Amino acid sequence: MSPGDESILDEPILSARNLSLSFGDVRALDEVAIDLWPGEVLAIVGESGSGKSTLLRVLAGEARPDAGAVTYRDTTGTVLDVHNMGEPALRRLARTEWGFVRQDARDGLRMGVSAGGNVGERLMAVGARHYGDIRAEASRWLERVEISPTRIDDRPGLFSGGMRQRLQIARTLVTRPRLVFMDEPTGGLDVSVQARLLDLIRGLVSDLGIAVVLVTHDIAAARLLAHRLVVMRDGRVVEEGLTDRVLDDPRHPYTQLLVSSVLAA
Amino acid sequence: MSAAMQNEGYNFAYLDEGTKRMIRRALLKAVAVPGCQIPFGSREMPLPYGWGTGGIQVTASIVGPEDVLKVIDQGADDTTNAVSIRRFFARVAPGLRTTERTVEASIIQTRHRIPETPLREGQVMVYQVPQPEPLYKLEPRRAETKRLHALADYGLMQVKLYEDIARHGRVGSSYDHPVMVGGRYLMAPSPIPSFDNPKMHMSPALQLFGAGRERRLYAVPPYTDVRSLDFEDHPFVPLRANGTCALCGARDTYLDEMVTDDRGGRLFVCSDTDHCGTKQAEAAA
Repeated sequence: MSPGDESILDEPILSARNLSLSFGDVRALDEVAIDLWPGEVLAIVGESGSGKSTLLRVLAGEARPDAGAVTYRDTTGTVLDVHNMGEPALRRLARTEWGFVRQDARDGLRMGVSAGGNVGERLMAVGARHYGDIRAEASRWLERVEISPTRIDDRPGLFSGGMRQRLQIARTLVTRPRLVFMDEPTGGLDVSVQARLLDLIRGLVSDLGIAVVLVTHDIAAARLLAHRLVVMRDGRVVEEGLTDRVLDDPRHPYTQLLVSSVLAA
Repeated sequence: MSAAMQNEGYNFAYLDEGTKRMIRRALLKAVAVPGCQIPFGSREMPLPYGWGTGGIQVTASIVGPEDVLKVIDQGADDTTNAVSIRRFFARVAPGLRTTERTVEASIIQTRHRIPETPLREGQVMVYQVPQPEPLYKLEPRRAETKRLHALADYGLMQVKLYEDIARHGRVGSSYDHPVMVGGRYLMAPSPIPSFDNPKMHMSPALQLFGAGRERRLYAVPPYTDVRSLDFEDHPFVPLRANGTCALCGARDTYLDEMVTDDRGGRLFVCSDTDHCGTKQAEAAA
């Protein structure tokens, strides 16, 4: 975030307070509190089972917490309670101001629909009814995520893993959301493809000024993308702070372990 | 139909009165919420699923001894399915008259077509529907499509139309082209050709839809707005074979293509046999 950007001084666009959620005896979330400011990339890191994906689902309104609340401040400045705004309002948010990038592109894409249709779906969901415009916009976005527009009529099944993930990103960003949830967007891709994808995400996020909540177990990805870092363990936030501070000077023993476990290239 | 051909021991129009009441209740609900699919307890009927069990149950629930019933299959009154359904009702509904004339009928049960002769107030169209869910091919989960209907979240259907244009260069399927009813519910018009879609719009007749296997009823009340989905720059165009009926010379009706020999000979005839016959009789007179 550039120092001159004033939006960071605004109110947070997403706030979570006292989030708790148990699955039987397992405390998946334990009194979690998080703030996200406009245009900020927040990474949630932690090992498998630490509750980071659950937290993402709760933040995005896909799962309901046992206790606590998530509030979102929309473009008009109205503060909305994510879990009590009702499904129609939540769905409208999810296809306009929000986006969700899944780990497995298969979950985020329609595999039976062409690349153009996938990108155009959100446009059509918010009322676009001009075929030529939708196609032109889809084509622009394919180019933007480095997919040749000549492949606009191919189905995602014909794409490589990295291309599918880029297509999912185009499909999510086409309506220019303010807030995007990303669940391990680089998971399952090989290292060189990961690097390109991270680069692409970083470029798009800073160009469009999107706020991102990024869940990852990849410390390197977090360092590259995130402004701020939240470290989770056993459903609790054990440490949070600016990315460089947390990674260069970890305070909590678990964070120290996590950072020291990263293989040096 | 002679009395000997009538089956003894059945309630009027085959279904028991309790079942008819249940179906009528569902129909009232369907008429009250045009285009919305209403679940009903579909009964086992003496013919296989896919042959019109939904339509037969609707017809049986609304038919009375003073009604005049017409049954068409692919527009024709003389095809197997149409003949056997008509005979079925003649046997189980004493007093009911059957007809092949659209203008005489009070109830028209149909598969695949809406008659060419314009319908009038007081007539009831009963459609046999194999798949009532217009989103079925895009979203197989029933719970999810129900939610999409409830939220009027129909972007998905538009995606399918987008795909059609991207692949075939034109909007729409040649049959079962989805429509918006009353500006609210997305509805499958049953497998009628898209040529017939405009006839549903502001029709003076009551239109009832029955899907027996899927256990759903829905309805379009008279004078309801029915719009075929399309794009601004690719408007909906009803499809029709570019030909002339070889029997009556009509150029404005929906045509079937017939292969006449094994040397590539083919001709077009009207799919609506009643309309075609009327035209021929008028020409001969």
